[in-house]
Amino acid sequence: MKNLDVLKTYKIYIGGSFPRTESGRYYTPLNQKGEQLGNICQSSRKDVRNSVVAARKAFGGWSERTAFNRGQILYRIAEMLQGRKSQFIEELIFQGSSKTNAEKEVNRSIDRLVYYAGWCDKYMQILGSVNPVASSHFNFSIAEPTGVVGVVSDQTTSLIGLVSLIAPIIAGGNTCVVLASEGMPLCAVTFAEVLNASDVPGGVVNILTGSPSELIKPLTTHMDVNAMAYSGDSTEVKAELQQSSALNLKRISTYMKDWMKPNNQDLYLIADFQEIKTTWHPIENIGGSSSVY
Amino acid sequence: MKNNTSNIVLPNFSESPRIDKVGVEERVAKFQKRSIKSETKIQGLKMALSMIDLTTLEGKDTPGKVKQMCYKAQHVHDVFSELPKVAAVCVYPSMVDVAVKAVAGSGVKVASVSTAFPSGQAPLAVKLADTKFAVSKGADEIDMVISRGKFLSGEYNFVFDEIAAIKEACGKARLKVILETGELVTLDNVRRASDIAMYAGADFIKTSTGKIQPAATMQVTYVMLEAIRDFMDTTGIKVGMKPAGGISNSKLALHNLVMVNEVLGAGWLNNGWFRFGASSLANDVLMQIVKAETGVYQSSNYFSID
Repeated sequence: MKNLDVLKTYKIYIGGSFPRTESGRYYTPLNQKGEQLGNICQSSRKDVRNSVVAARKAFGGWSERTAFNRGQILYRIAEMLQGRKSQFIEELIFQGSSKTNAEKEVNRSIDRLVYYAGWCDKYMQILGSVNPVASSHFNFSIAEPTGVVGVVSDQTTSLIGLVSLIAPIIAGGNTCVVLASEGMPLCAVTFAEVLNASDVPGGVVNILTGSPSELIKPLTTHMDVNAMAYSGDSTEVKAELQQSSALNLKRISTYMKDWMKPNNQDLYLIADFQEIKTTWHPIENIGGSSSVY
Repeated sequence: MKNNTSNIVLPNFSESPRIDKVGVEERVAKFQKRSIKSETKIQGLKMALSMIDLTTLEGKDTPGKVKQMCYKAQHVHDVFSELPKVAAVCVYPSMVDVAVKAVAGSGVKVASVSTAFPSGQAPLAVKLADTKFAVSKGADEIDMVISRGKFLSGEYNFVFDEIAAIKEACGKARLKVILETGELVTLDNVRRASDIAMYAGADFIKTSTGKIQPAATMQVTYVMLEAIRDFMDTTGIKVGMKPAGGISNSKLALHNLVMVNEVLGAGWLNNGWFRFGASSLANDVLMQIVKAETGVYQSSNYFSID
């Protein structure tokens, strides 16, 4: 007897669980051949709110993990992604990619996670500094995570754009709420399943599907979001980000990059979501050139 | 309203009504489905705010902490005008004089827990002294705990007499009787303890100390509200209700208000007859009010710590 096909329900990812959207709405994106990709959750502003609450709750614990442990977890995501490679390739092809490009995109995503996994316990040393000052202070600057980051993911790719922003943001100890590609949402949902199986604490990454045009506003005006990352080139979106972010002076970073290029990854993407804290620590100038000892 | 139980015939507390748990859960689920939006919601939130007993009951409480909380009770969020003050501050007896000074003239009441709170494991003489001390320092309200051990071993008369004795020691102060429902195990017991407390002279019945989980679940509060209604019908005496512990968000607070309205009626929808015992609820309610007024989701970073 032939088994019935069990079709997958694509759900959103909030606080480490997979609820349906609070609104109960869905949309049905099509691929280039006109086939339905699936019934995808059309998230609402209340899902945004719930995600931000989850991200804020997860922030303390995640930012206090040791750098080494964060690196291990990012590497673990890469391992899990590797294990489900064929599923991602299938989904990418279904969403209009060629087989070669699909394989390339998944491999690039895995590489990118490994790349940022490596940075986890190193960026602090590079971004931090000991500063010369003209008083008897030991003066040093260190990088600290910005907080909860809202991410408007690349709309033209399904996986690599998503991974390319999530990885540096969480590598730096932030938590995030991600708006997935509206037209190609499948890999975002499956990537959430990978995250869920990778020791990433619930709430560190939250992924919503739906219309960015509807969700950007509640996300960027949210007083508990500390930074926004936008991948894309829409003037309207950029203006919206600038305007709404003024409410609580969110840090905004916009990227217009071809994420498939191997060199579109670097330390400065981590640095974009770090705050530099400088400490003036009073010292007696023992052992200095003017020392009386 | 008379508040004298001396000439009322006491029922047999062993025969307090039994509670149908499944029925209670169904009824409670209905309260949670009422849709409260826009202006109604803002009105409800402001009402909830005015019913809060801002509470600090920790071993590490200091006069400074109590003063800070008392300030918050009078200035919940000064950025926003037209916000009500909270109903009362709730502190340990040793902090009553600090609190009384800090809220003087503002209309905010001072409630003091008493009777060897939270366990209640002390002799009656100690409990009476505890209560008299708090009253002498100027407490407007006394939150006592019942002896749950005695109650569970069936010594209902002991529990009744104790409450009656404390009531006498309260003088003019209003008496809230904490049942600590988390330790009473069954809803039947909650109902029975409510009856005992009210017949013994409670002005308010209160669910929990906040030190035990579960605390003020809607099921428990519902059973107590029904007990209050039955007591009102039988004796003509109005008793207040205070769910305490576990009500940390606005939604739950609104559900509670709906429940009070539908079980007891609008006569209980003011802070003379209904209170929330909570410490973190106030900020959540404030954030919801500001969200409703500005349209922007709020962050706890911009609200004072309580």
